[in-house]
Amino acid sequence: MARIDRPVSRRQAWWLLAGAVATCLPLAPQFPLWLALAAAAALSWRAALTWRQWHLPPRWLLVMLVIAGTAGVFLQYRTTLGRTPGVALLVIFLALKLLELRTARDAVATALLCYFLILGQFLFTQTIPTALLACLTLLITTAALLAASDDRPEPQQQLRRAGLMLAQALPFMLLLFVLFPRVQGPLWGIPQDRFSAVSGLSDTMSPGSIAQLSQSDAIAFRVKFKGETPPQSQLYWRGPVMPSFDGRNWRVTQTLGAYAEVPYTGLGAPVDYEVTLEPHGKFWLFALELPATLPAESALTSDYQPVARQAVRNRLRYTQRAWPEAIAGINEARNLLGAAVELPKDGNPRIRAISAAWRAQHGDDSAAILAAAENFFSRQLLIYTLNPPLLGADMVDEFLFDTRRGFCEHFAAAFVFALRAAGVPARVVAGYQGGEVNPVDGYLVVRQYDAHAWAEAWIAGRGWVRVDPTAISAPSRISGNLADAVPAGEALPFLARGDLAWLRELRYRLDAVSNGWNQWVLGYNPQRQRDLLASLGLNEPDWRNMTAILSVLCGAVMLGLTAWILRNRLRVDPALAAWRRFTARLARRGIAWQPWEGPQAFAERAARQAPMHAAAIGEIAALYARVRYGPAPQAGELIRLKARISAFRP
Amino acid sequence: MPASLRHRLHEAFVRWALRVRPPEATPIVLTQRRVYVLPTRAGLAYATALGVILLGAMNYNLSLGHALVFLLAGLGIVAILHTFRNLVLVSIRPGRCEPVFTGGLAQFDLVLQNQRPDARTSLRLFIGEGVPLEIDIGPHASSVATLDLPALRRGWLPMPRLTIETTWPLGLIRAWSCAVPDLKCLVYPAPATRAPPLPWGGDSAQGSTRDGRGADDFSGLRNHQVTDAPHHVAWKAVARQQDGPLLTKLFFGAAAEQIWLDWDALADVTDAEQRLSILARWMIDADAAGLAWGLRMPSLRLAPDNGAAQLCTGLRALALHEHGAH
Repeated sequence: MARIDRPVSRRQAWWLLAGAVATCLPLAPQFPLWLALAAAAALSWRAALTWRQWHLPPRWLLVMLVIAGTAGVFLQYRTTLGRTPGVALLVIFLALKLLELRTARDAVATALLCYFLILGQFLFTQTIPTALLACLTLLITTAALLAASDDRPEPQQQLRRAGLMLAQALPFMLLLFVLFPRVQGPLWGIPQDRFSAVSGLSDTMSPGSIAQLSQSDAIAFRVKFKGETPPQSQLYWRGPVMPSFDGRNWRVTQTLGAYAEVPYTGLGAPVDYEVTLEPHGKFWLFALELPATLPAESALTSDYQPVARQAVRNRLRYTQRAWPEAIAGINEARNLLGAAVELPKDGNPRIRAISAAWRAQHGDDSAAILAAAENFFSRQLLIYTLNPPLLGADMVDEFLFDTRRGFCEHFAAAFVFALRAAGVPARVVAGYQGGEVNPVDGYLVVRQYDAHAWAEAWIAGRGWVRVDPTAISAPSRISGNLADAVPAGEALPFLARGDLAWLRELRYRLDAVSNGWNQWVLGYNPQRQRDLLASLGLNEPDWRNMTAILSVLCGAVMLGLTAWILRNRLRVDPALAAWRRFTARLARRGIAWQPWEGPQAFAERAARQAPMHAAAIGEIAALYARVRYGPAPQAGELIRLKARISAFRP
Repeated sequence: MPASLRHRLHEAFVRWALRVRPPEATPIVLTQRRVYVLPTRAGLAYATALGVILLGAMNYNLSLGHALVFLLAGLGIVAILHTFRNLVLVSIRPGRCEPVFTGGLAQFDLVLQNQRPDARTSLRLFIGEGVPLEIDIGPHASSVATLDLPALRRGWLPMPRLTIETTWPLGLIRAWSCAVPDLKCLVYPAPATRAPPLPWGGDSAQGSTRDGRGADDFSGLRNHQVTDAPHHVAWKAVARQQDGPLLTKLFFGAAAEQIWLDWDALADVTDAEQRLSILARWMIDADAAGLAWGLRMPSLRLAPDNGAAQLCTGLRALALHEHGAH
């Protein structure tokens, strides 16, 4: 029986301590200070115990510490379930488990806890550096598990063996990773705490809300176009549409899909592309205007906003088609149009007066009113800036007539207000504009600082028309990027600046690597698995034939490794093989070598029985004895032995 | 599963697995057909942990979590192969086995040979319920494993079935095999602690040459032989002539004195085993005294002699006395 009651040796304790440290260190930044310090104290205590060979603490003390740790975690997070508290508890258990290392069973349990906590790291981040760090932790923990069975080898040997075994495990990992039937999580309750701090557009827009985003260079999504990348000025990524206005905030009114397919028809050349959306915790999916198809598990609101059935909590990949010149909403519903001209009863009297004048002049000709509004905006000489002054109660008036400085949300809000005041249905559309093509892998990267807001007006006979008032005052924002549009000297996110060419180059490369990682490692989901298998000629694979293929391939790898394991069966020491040839020749002459005879003794006997070969036999035996039993035999001697034996003809 | 049922199933499996009727031809090579691989308790815990990690990775859609599980699963498979490799193709030859007295420990020597260029680590051997013996075998080398078994009854004690197992390197997998090497231990009767004095004179003393002189009367020196008792070595003579051969003192009485140890002389001891014990005690005492002694048993007669060979023959005869009846 396996003996799991063997006491843990000092060396094994050191190994397990190393594994625990390697596991806990990368997790430390995720925890409050007291927890990190407590874990560090427990680990140091263990180190002191091992160093001084003191007795382990009594069990009642450990039980108290476990209770105290659990209570601490509960007080910190108000729960012991969920991601961070769960991992925190495991860290406490690991640190205290080390303090009761008594038998081999405890050692194995500790190593398993370490493996488990590697998964804990991935809950927080899954970047390439995390993966490399996890490999190191895995190596040390595996070496600790090796040491738990046999602690005699030196640390380097132990690490080498762990590395060898992990390297041999790699083919299995690759096969399983590619072919193991994937299931889209979550399997049970949605882990709510995973996206508490992601930045992105929200479902309301007030002055300053988008300008705030423009300080972030986090990636919103990446796009791979099938054909040519459309010109920058066409890259309007439609996000939340906000038709409701309360005097200060614009709001999303619809969050549910109204259409399962797009209710309009396309014109012109379609654009096909694939979006890899970073998780943002909201329902909407970004699409190039106007979306022609809908991703799976999504629908279109009556504002033409694609929304997913579930909030986007994982990196999501979908293929899309856009009709840049689609005409939509010619026969728009009355209630929608009515809602799109609603304004608060009062406020902003100056722009209301101007709008009333347009209305008086052009009547129901909404196209003419739109032209007048555009004309008005260009004459106001508004300045596009990241740092607009604060606005009071009549914020549209103040922006248009007093401060004249604003960011895209000011422009869009003011423009929609002006149109609505003139009786033209209009709404604010938030989203992203532009993006940057990474020359390394050809992906268009859209970052948070590309967030934008524009207007949509309803013109009879033409439906909903996109108008970007920002483009009227700062055309370079649309044709170029943020850095071109804002006045020099304004604080921009580091990555939005264009002045450091080498840094840009480096960033492109890093970003391409990280995108490849996201696409192929982190984004390897059921969909991508199906696509990959389809490209390998396996259409509509179900879990049964996937499992069959997996078993066959794993079996093949097993066979390969087994062959390697048994290969030595046939490999005999070359000197011994030569000696056997020699004795076989003598045996044919009736001089049989007995296994208990040493080479010299046999040679003496054989020389007596075959005196004419005495010299040759003696030489061969002496050579053989030297090669096989002598200190540090030389390569030349083996060759000479073989040659002598080949030439030997009794 | 109740322990007894488990034990019976295990026995049935081993009998099936061994196939050959013991004793087996030597050397016994543990070929891949007779090495079995099963997870240990730690291995089951490992598998359970992997299952939980996989569930977590699925629930949180962690691609790296999947990768971790799959790598660890691969590690488990690799552990099977390494553990199997550690045991397979070890060859076992029976070694020596010295006779022991009843109540002592029979020690079976086994020579385990490794024909592979890398070492085999932490092989555990045990017989019956004994304490496992852990050994390593170096590359292209052999190791001798000595397994102890209490000798409870006189006669031949065959070596019970040997189990050889290893959980190296990760302790998650146990590879094991069984073998029945052709090895048996001769168990002498235990010498009685309270025995009658040596049967001087009387019927049993046929020492007609006994002439009343003390057994310690010195009569001369001769070259030492291995079978001579150490207390008869002439240490003073050896010390006088440096580098000379060891000399044995000859005593006038010792060479000539003979006693007969007779089974029938102990007719008043009814228990046959007790008689054998007394005879064993007498033999040892007579040998220690340097006497030439003979043995008369119902089925055997041993001419008087002295020395280790005589003692071995005598004790062997006692050990195997009417052994078939047992």
